[in-house]
Amino acid sequence: MLDDKDRIFKNLYGIHDWGLKGARARGSWDGTKEILERGRDGIINEMKASGLRGRGGAGFPTGLKWSFMPKESKDGRPSYLVVNADESEPGTCKDREIMRNDPHLLIEGCLIAGFAMGAHAGYIYIRGEFIRERERLQAAIDQCYEANLLGKNNIHGYPFDLYVHHGAGAYICGEETALLESLEGKKGMPRLKPPFPANVGLYGCPTTVNTVESIAVAPDILRRGAGWFASIGRPNNVGTKLFCVSGHVERPCNVEEAMGITFRDLVETHCGGIRGGWDNLLAVIPGGSSVPLLPADLCNDLFMDFDTLRNLKTGLGTAAVIVMDQSTDIVRAIARISYFYKHESCGQCTPCREGTGWMWRVLSRMAEGRAQKREIGMLLEVTTQVEGHTICALGDAAAWPIQGLIRHFRPEIERRIDAYASNPHSDPVPVAAE
Amino acid sequence: MIKLIIDGVEVEVPPEYTLLQACEQAGAEIPRFCFHERLSIAGNCRMCLVELKGSPKPVASCAWGVRDCRPGPNGEAPVVNTKTPMVRKAREGVMEFLLINHPLDCPICDQGGECDLQDQAMAYGVDSTRFQENKRAVEDKYLGALVKTSMNRCIQCTRCVRFATEVAGVAELGATGRGEDMEITSYLEQALSSELQGNVVDLCPVGALTSKPYAFAARPWELNKTESIDVMDAVGSAIRVDTRGREVMRILPRINEAVNEEWISDKTRHVVDGLRTQRLDEPYVRENGRLRPASWSEAFAAIAAKVKGTSPGRIGAIAGDLAAVEEMFALKELLARLGSKNIDARQDGAMLDPANGRASYIFNPTIAGIEEADGLMIIGANPRKEAPVLNARIRKRWRTGNLKIGLIGEKADLTYDYAYLGAGPETLATFADHAPAKLERQIWLIGQGMLARPDGAALLALAAKAAFSVGAIQDGWNGFGVLHTAASRVGALDIGFVPGAGGLTAAEMASAGKLDVVFLLGADEIDIAPGAFSVYIGTHGDRGAHRADVILPGAAYPEKSGIYVNTEGRVQMAARAAFPPGDAREDWAILRALSDVLGHKLPYDSLGMLRQVLFQAYPHLMRVDQIEAGNPADIERLAGRAGSSGAPTKAPFLSPVEDFYLTNPIARASAVMAECSALAERAAASATAAE
Repeated sequence: MLDDKDRIFKNLYGIHDWGLKGARARGSWDGTKEILERGRDGIINEMKASGLRGRGGAGFPTGLKWSFMPKESKDGRPSYLVVNADESEPGTCKDREIMRNDPHLLIEGCLIAGFAMGAHAGYIYIRGEFIRERERLQAAIDQCYEANLLGKNNIHGYPFDLYVHHGAGAYICGEETALLESLEGKKGMPRLKPPFPANVGLYGCPTTVNTVESIAVAPDILRRGAGWFASIGRPNNVGTKLFCVSGHVERPCNVEEAMGITFRDLVETHCGGIRGGWDNLLAVIPGGSSVPLLPADLCNDLFMDFDTLRNLKTGLGTAAVIVMDQSTDIVRAIARISYFYKHESCGQCTPCREGTGWMWRVLSRMAEGRAQKREIGMLLEVTTQVEGHTICALGDAAAWPIQGLIRHFRPEIERRIDAYASNPHSDPVPVAAE
Repeated sequence: MIKLIIDGVEVEVPPEYTLLQACEQAGAEIPRFCFHERLSIAGNCRMCLVELKGSPKPVASCAWGVRDCRPGPNGEAPVVNTKTPMVRKAREGVMEFLLINHPLDCPICDQGGECDLQDQAMAYGVDSTRFQENKRAVEDKYLGALVKTSMNRCIQCTRCVRFATEVAGVAELGATGRGEDMEITSYLEQALSSELQGNVVDLCPVGALTSKPYAFAARPWELNKTESIDVMDAVGSAIRVDTRGREVMRILPRINEAVNEEWISDKTRHVVDGLRTQRLDEPYVRENGRLRPASWSEAFAAIAAKVKGTSPGRIGAIAGDLAAVEEMFALKELLARLGSKNIDARQDGAMLDPANGRASYIFNPTIAGIEEADGLMIIGANPRKEAPVLNARIRKRWRTGNLKIGLIGEKADLTYDYAYLGAGPETLATFADHAPAKLERQIWLIGQGMLARPDGAALLALAAKAAFSVGAIQDGWNGFGVLHTAASRVGALDIGFVPGAGGLTAAEMASAGKLDVVFLLGADEIDIAPGAFSVYIGTHGDRGAHRADVILPGAAYPEKSGIYVNTEGRVQMAARAAFPPGDAREDWAILRALSDVLGHKLPYDSLGMLRQVLFQAYPHLMRVDQIEAGNPADIERLAGRAGSSGAPTKAPFLSPVEDFYLTNPIARASAVMAECSALAERAAASATAAE
């Protein structure tokens, strides 16, 4: 269990003051000017040394990402920092808590990250459904302007403006280039890459898009040193991480833990265990709805980190752990996830537009058993036709849960098909009213 | 140059190339739906996927720049494969996705036979489906009189959306909904307002957008295709005339980078039904105030009887806007033999005179030259209405930035931003002694709205002077360009179809009491005052025919071979695709036969002989598809005359084209054009009401 002294998110549960005073008491905004005085390279090197991997899902090293930004503008284009607060992945609720209860961590991180990449303006693109969170965040930013921590002539000597932009609630706008399109006022559809945002991003200018959590942990890493952060966790998967545990556990929760904590530890220490006991576990989706599930037998000594999960053909994603016990209709559950991706596909490119609907329809039939066994193989092939052939990763995200289901629960699907086929009265027999 | 290895073939391509272009250079064929050379890259159909060594996923070649290809670890050239099983699998997958929701209605689809999806399904499709669900149903949309929709067939490539936004300059098409519910529609399902909307039918790779007037009319494989030239405006767009039997079924654009790229205006495309209605198919003679059908010899005899008793000075000829050079040449020769100097092709009274030199009446910078310009002054013209394809070229140049545009004349929505400088001659006069502009290549676009007025000559000289003083004419760049509206005009000026010394102009000939016999060669845009004996040689029962005393039925432009010279001075040859209806004959042959009856036999028995004589007199007309460049000194001379030919009035410049859809007799006979005109009028009225 993570030591209290190693926690970054000290007000994750909102029991203390969220405001500037409370944040300062918890250490925020302390020595920010000194951090900036280390210079851009100093900050970026420290971030690289800390081994922080992006908390948005892909796990790309944050320091490296920052270093892609141009050192100086050769053509007069400004640089921008964009914070992805469009947290919409089903199961994920970590950024929401940060913005609700510890917004100053994020704001201070924005200033530091903006400084490190030479951006004088930052945009926080917040999910449409996060109305109170936006109000809280805006209030915190207003506090900062009042205290002259942000703005043109702030006390840190680095002009920096921070804007909150409210989205309209589309999952696809969490994809970084779709987010930029939406921020520019266009339809939220992902852009073709390359060019990457670090080269051509917001309004055609160099831009780095980071998720809330990546930015929010930066000030503490810089204050306490890369070595401290790197000492937590397992090799190449270091630091602390917010886990959002939901589903069939006794006490679903958000918790900050060391990377690489075992799944069992996580659930039993913080969530009171699986509902009905450990043996009642059926499957786990370890990183938000888009990653393939893992059946119970793979979860016994499961390290919750990027590399372990990748080796099991799934992923840490956003660390949104969805726990499902034996009472779960696993096929229906994945069919529901499939419906989500069909609903949220932007419709721009062919495989995702046509494939998500097809996959959902086939899977819904399979949930009832109203299918042929040969369609299981066909469905698997359709997922591979979508995966890797689309502009953005939503196609992959739609394909992976289904691949995980077929990989681990094919017998269950076959059982249903058999059951449906052997029942001559598959529709309920109408009975005359008595 | 960047070196690539594509399918084992080493190629070197410029760094700005995309992989798709590089693959094509290497001889690999890349299927595509959304990609189009003249539109922005969408990269959404995913059909053009290729394998790029080192990339874990196949990449969309249309959107991947060759400079984004990383060399191998030892600096080897990037390796691209377009024929590997992985690529084939990827494309088959995309094709399957495109087909699952595409209806199997090819037998009743107008796109059948020229459908990209059909063609590529032959290469990448399979003969059965694994898709057991219901197909998507999408409601058809109303897009106006020209574009028919069948939205079940749409594959969401967004070519139409990009065309409307980028080329046509009307952001009226878009996609609503998302995911599989994404639908292409116009704003509130209003009719499109572009003069170029017909092109979306050509762009649509499937049968979602088809031509409404042509619906279910013919199949592509039953059509004879003839490459020809359009005469609806003075741009001279390259067209392909598709005929079945004697009938022209449709008109499509051909690619001509110098003129129309691959667009044509809606009038060019949809005037087809005008070729069938209101046609003059036999000669008529007026007796007791009524026209009655007659034989050719009766008609000729009636003319001969009238001409014999008339003095040469009281005979005249006016050539219309659609006449080819050959027939105007024959008419000019006939009038010369009759002893008359009263010939004119400028029905609108445009003050252009071949005596000023060719540079004074052609579009010197050329249409393709618009893309090199950095400044454009539009004077007395509305290019959107007068030459929509040329206007699209201006917009194309404007979209790339650094083009300053000014306008003197009527304010209008030209699909690009411009600085409005003033309404008329007074504004133009302020440029007469202007300091040179800080621009390298300016174009001064002179419209007929400035020329077709009594003070046109003075204004032309003034414009020439202004163009000189701001530096539009320099060594190696002649930015003085006259935009014509009539296809026949430059050809007529080239062969001197203007009054000889002491001869009457068109306006004078039309006025009462000046002439006893007037020949109208398709001249329908002018009212001939009562009195003169009018001989109308033309195609349609329009204004000229109603006024005529004798009607000689001629051939419309797809029915004859003829030379047309476009506004740039480019000589172009139209080909015969069909035959004139009934007893109608080609115009030059009518004039040749008439000359015999009148006793002044023209010395040519075939079109070839006529052209020999024509080419001897005007050798530049022989050089088809070339421009005989104007001499900038002509404009300098013209500029020197500024002020000496009288002061211009203060009347504002008005565009000569009031209704784009109804500018000539063929268009006025077309029901489709009438419907378009009514729609445009209604849209304009509701726009005014809303304000």
